[in-house]
Amino acid sequence: MPKQIILAAHFPGVNNTTVWSDPRAGSQIAFASFEHLARTAERGRFDFFFLAEGLRLREQRGLIHDLDVVGRPDTLTVLAALAAVTEHLGLAGTLNATYHEPYELARQLATLDHLSGGRAAWNVVTSPGGFFGANFRRGGFLDHADRYLRAGEFIEAARALWDSDGGDFAYRGRQFDIRGRFGAPRSPQGHPVILQAGDSDGGRELAAKYTDAIFSRHHQLADAQEFYRDVKSRLARYGRDRDSLKIIPGVSYVLGDSDADAQEKAHHIRRQQVSPQTAILLLEQLWNRDLSGYDPDGPLPEIDPRLDEDDTIVQGRAGMYADRLRTANEWRARAEQKNLGIRDLIIEVTGRQNFIGTPARVAQQLDEYVQTDACDGFILVPHLTPTGLDDFVDQVVPLLQERGVFRTEYEAGTLRGNLGLA
Amino acid sequence: MTSHLAVALDGDSFDAADWVAQVRLADEAGLDLVTFEDSFGRRGPDAVLVASRVAPLTRHVGLVPVATTTHTEPFHLSTALATLDHVSHGRAGWQVRVSADPAEAALLGRRAPLGFDELFAEAADAVEVVRRLWDSWADDAIIKDVATGRFIDRDKLHYIDFAGPYFAVKGPSIVPRPPQGQPVVAALAHGPRVWQRLDADVYFTTPADADAAARIVRQIPAGRKVFADLVAFLDDDQRTAIGRRGAAISDAAVFAGTPAGLADLIAAWQPAGLAGFRLWPGDPAHDLPAITRELVPELRRRGLFQPSAATTLRDRLGLPAAVNRYEGAARA
Ligand SMILES: Cc1cc2nc3c(=O)[nH]c(=O)nc-3n(C[C@H](O)[C@H](O)[C@H](O)COP(=O)(O)O)c2cc1C
Repeated sequence: MPKQIILAAHFPGVNNTTVWSDPRAGSQIAFASFEHLARTAERGRFDFFFLAEGLRLREQRGLIHDLDVVGRPDTLTVLAALAAVTEHLGLAGTLNATYHEPYELARQLATLDHLSGGRAAWNVVTSPGGFFGANFRRGGFLDHADRYLRAGEFIEAARALWDSDGGDFAYRGRQFDIRGRFGAPRSPQGHPVILQAGDSDGGRELAAKYTDAIFSRHHQLADAQEFYRDVKSRLARYGRDRDSLKIIPGVSYVLGDSDADAQEKAHHIRRQQVSPQTAILLLEQLWNRDLSGYDPDGPLPEIDPRLDEDDTIVQGRAGMYADRLRTANEWRARAEQKNLGIRDLIIEVTGRQNFIGTPARVAQQLDEYVQTDACDGFILVPHLTPTGLDDFVDQVVPLLQERGVFRTEYEAGTLRGNLGLA
Repeated sequence: MTSHLAVALDGDSFDAADWVAQVRLADEAGLDLVTFEDSFGRRGPDAVLVASRVAPLTRHVGLVPVATTTHTEPFHLSTALATLDHVSHGRAGWQVRVSADPAEAALLGRRAPLGFDELFAEAADAVEVVRRLWDSWADDAIIKDVATGRFIDRDKLHYIDFAGPYFAVKGPSIVPRPPQGQPVVAALAHGPRVWQRLDADVYFTTPADADAAARIVRQIPAGRKVFADLVAFLDDDQRTAIGRRGAAISDAAVFAGTPAGLADLIAAWQPAGLAGFRLWPGDPAHDLPAITRELVPELRRRGLFQPSAATTLRDRLGLPAAVNRYEGAARA
């Protein structure tokens, strides 16, 4: 039997993948948008619906970012409301371990698991930088290593609470000293499903030790296979088998009547995602300099990126570039070779549309990724709210079902059960 | 004069169906709002999430969860309540609570409990921060201006720059301004410590009789809505109600009797200047249906209660339109 594909739907929130200028684009805030996307995902028998979390509005050059969608509702509150209008769909929320407290969050997640009949999932992130701290009591900043120490203990504490089944508990570690009686009985899943989204060595170890799934950003076939191999090989150290951790990259897709039609649509979407102004801002995120004087259609800067990582031009976004100088040189070489201006280069190098084509081609490629261990499934990131998933559900899901690699009915009552997790 | 009517729900059920059934009763009877009790120390679900869970399944009733300021982040409270307002199309409220309980502090493990004065000072700051964050986006901040490529007008977003002894919050909110502008803030007020310090729109009070209600109303600043809390055991036969009441004690006055008897009491207390009543069903399974199916029709017959046609909780309660402190513009 071929591997079964996991499918999840990412709500098109704040980033430039979300095209707001399209006449079909609806509200990013109205509950009706969340409801439409979730119901569509459930109609397509998706495993779960995924929401990111925001803790502060992103800034660039010291100003609030104003080009992409800005602002979003609170993660848990939206998921609780979605539990009322869906029956089977998992409800996954990103909730950082740095600016929450274990008792409060464990209780909220237990509540969501109960109120949804066993469909809650938690994507643990650690949130980069002290920028977010300005909105919280803790304030300030945790070192990268301490963030993962806290996240690991946070998960341990949450598990101790869930396992206490409403009874007495105590958790004492370097980060937390908490005791008392947990206010919630054991929830339908026992432990809500836990995902992780950090990519560093610390993030991968945390995933291997504690979590059920990884939301990865490795989406090119060879790179994804390498990531898959690396993370799965870490599991044995913790006495876990390979199937106990699912790897699910975030990807986007474009469907067309022919492959050429899909390519053309993809090109059109990319130009909407990367306006001339957005191109300059995205270039600044690598260069770490004010490049507002550059022509979006002109050549890349000759000046080198600024390497001071403590003082970045963009605030409120995870660092995306490990080696700025090397990446800049790669981009310059590529621009020169293909004779690309800034905007066209950015369109090429920041794209995540790896699945472009007819529904049949996309279904075949998704299947190939999963069968060749590039991943266990996908978190689909549509570029439109709220209808961005309609065509996928109508056109690709039936083909995956025909291939025998995707469910036709939900098999279990809980998300954990549908994901095949113990 | 008609009264506003609220019901307090404080169940410990984790079954969504139980909550949906209760809130629907209140919704269908035209009650103005329900409150959802909560504290970290108790057994029971998170009240904000319960309110959100029932929001898509109800249409009119205000949804007012209790949330503490003692162990929470004002930023999280503000965004969660703003979101409840978006999800419910303008029906969200918040009942502010503080916690002096050392056992609750041990659950969070953060610090030694504060004294009462500090707890209220901290709560006052939290309310201020939550309100500023709700105002931190102008109503028309989202412009979707294709010509300039801008999704928002950043000049219509505001840093709140709050700094106090307990926390500092920069802002702006991550959630665009909620439908009501300012969701309704309520607080249980046993005494002046609360109404003098916490900037609430609605105070739930616990007078023992009509005279006490009048004294309290005189002390509370004008423009605020004062509700009297009453525990209600209702039966067609007064003796049965008194029997069920047993030894029930509460901060609030306890009424045990017929729906008509409770309507008499409401008629007698209301002239004290009360805006409304919050009823605590003695036994929710019995007394909540008695309130919605018997008391409410009785009050309507007497002209003491009239379901509002307003769509937002602010409008329902006759609160003035929320003015955005950063914009100075009123809204409907
Ligand atoms: C796919 C993906 C999604 C993420 N989503 C969020 C998010 O919604 N909110 C957030 O604060 N951080 C998010 N992060 C950032 C992570 O929390 C983490 O802080 C960051 O990746 C740095 O950790 P690392 O050094 O282990 O990669 C995300 C990261 C990845 C890779």
